[in-house]
Amino acid sequence: MTRATVLDTAREAVDGIEDGSTVLVGGFGLAGMPFDLIEALIDQGAKDLTVVSNNAGNGEWGLAALLKAGRVRKVVCSFPRQSDSYVFDELYRSGRIELEVVPQGNLAERMRAAGAGIGAFYCPTAVGTPLAEGKEVREIDGRTYVLEMPIKGDVALISAHTADRMGNLVYRKTARNFGPVMATAATTVVAQVSEVVEVGTLDPEAVVTPSIYVDRVVRVEPRHLQVEGAR
Amino acid sequence: MSTQEHTDRGPLDRDELAARVAQDIPDGSYVNLGIGQPTKVADHLAADSGVVLHTENGMLGMGPAAQDDEVDTDLTNAGKVPVTELPGAAYFHHADSFAMMRGGHLDVCVLGAFQVAGNGDLANWHTGAPDAIPAVGGAMDLAIGAKDVLVMMSLFAKDGSAKIVPACTYPLTGVGCVSRVYTDHGVFAVGPDGVTVLETYGLSFDELAERMDVPLQRA
Repeated sequence: MTRATVLDTAREAVDGIEDGSTVLVGGFGLAGMPFDLIEALIDQGAKDLTVVSNNAGNGEWGLAALLKAGRVRKVVCSFPRQSDSYVFDELYRSGRIELEVVPQGNLAERMRAAGAGIGAFYCPTAVGTPLAEGKEVREIDGRTYVLEMPIKGDVALISAHTADRMGNLVYRKTARNFGPVMATAATTVVAQVSEVVEVGTLDPEAVVTPSIYVDRVVRVEPRHLQVEGAR
Repeated sequence: MSTQEHTDRGPLDRDELAARVAQDIPDGSYVNLGIGQPTKVADHLAADSGVVLHTENGMLGMGPAAQDDEVDTDLTNAGKVPVTELPGAAYFHHADSFAMMRGGHLDVCVLGAFQVAGNGDLANWHTGAPDAIPAVGGAMDLAIGAKDVLVMMSLFAKDGSAKIVPACTYPLTGVGCVSRVYTDHGVFAVGPDGVTVLETYGLSFDELAERMDVPLQRA
């Protein structure tokens, strides 16, 4: 794979994302949400997207804005319903968006499997619940497991704190969340960061996402948004 | 051991319930507190308990909610509330965070519930109502992952029916996963042996037995 390219604008960073793509979108609530990349994607115009993300948007920023622009056909997430998820709620209730609810750990592990070349895996989560219906079940050493399939993205849009010019990434606090997993699980991985440093600056022991996973990097001004009404 | 009946007082209020749960969390354990009421348990853990809080969005060593200038939008709990970090904290990504649960490394989790069945089945993610938007978050992973799953809830629903039931009517979160249920009116052990009343608050054992549809055993 070629080295990561450091681009000047978020708009260039989302070039070539096609209609109908599966897009992995980082973030947990608004922490780690790649706002600039999503806004650039709205501008870029790709539609009929399947979005894989933990939530289905907060307020009217980031993912919620992409949903509001009518670009998303389906959301795969663990927790769509939130205090300020009114954009998604309205689309869902009026039948204009598909929803696949996935337990949060399965969401992460299914992407990890895709990134690690695992064909599928047996997982104890959701056994005996509606979310395991129709899935293959197997007993191993006396415990029941459900077969879970990988989730692979065409594109991952993630947010990290610092990148070097090779594409090595370091995150910050709980904004790390899904970023490192999504970075392994998509054909094209785009990271927005608050800072780009020269190669050799990052402590190799502290790199979380090694450059091999990252295709495009763009520096943006950090934003500090909070989920309204979080409890 | 015998059932402790506290009939000289009313039911536990929310803080008393949180304190009661906190009392049963072993010193030094790694603990996940679910969103909502269980979060309150943290306020009642002794400062020297050595309990380390896990939050599924990627942190061990979570501190109290952030106040004023402590707020950092990169540091939140699972309910998206800004929190703080304690000495010894560690950050990790989501797949690691849930591997910690499933892999049997997390000692205790405390969850809210709509219903718990006498055999320990848990329903806490979806009412099944046609207009409800399903949202599971980490509830199913926690339910089967933590070594000990404690539930904290009010014993009676608004219509007066008990929320410890013979069989859950809401969609399940996990099968046979709950070990204890802490409620305003009593503490119950649940599991393959059925429901044992460990303590009561504001009602006697017999009064509870009258108001609940599951057979109750004395401790």
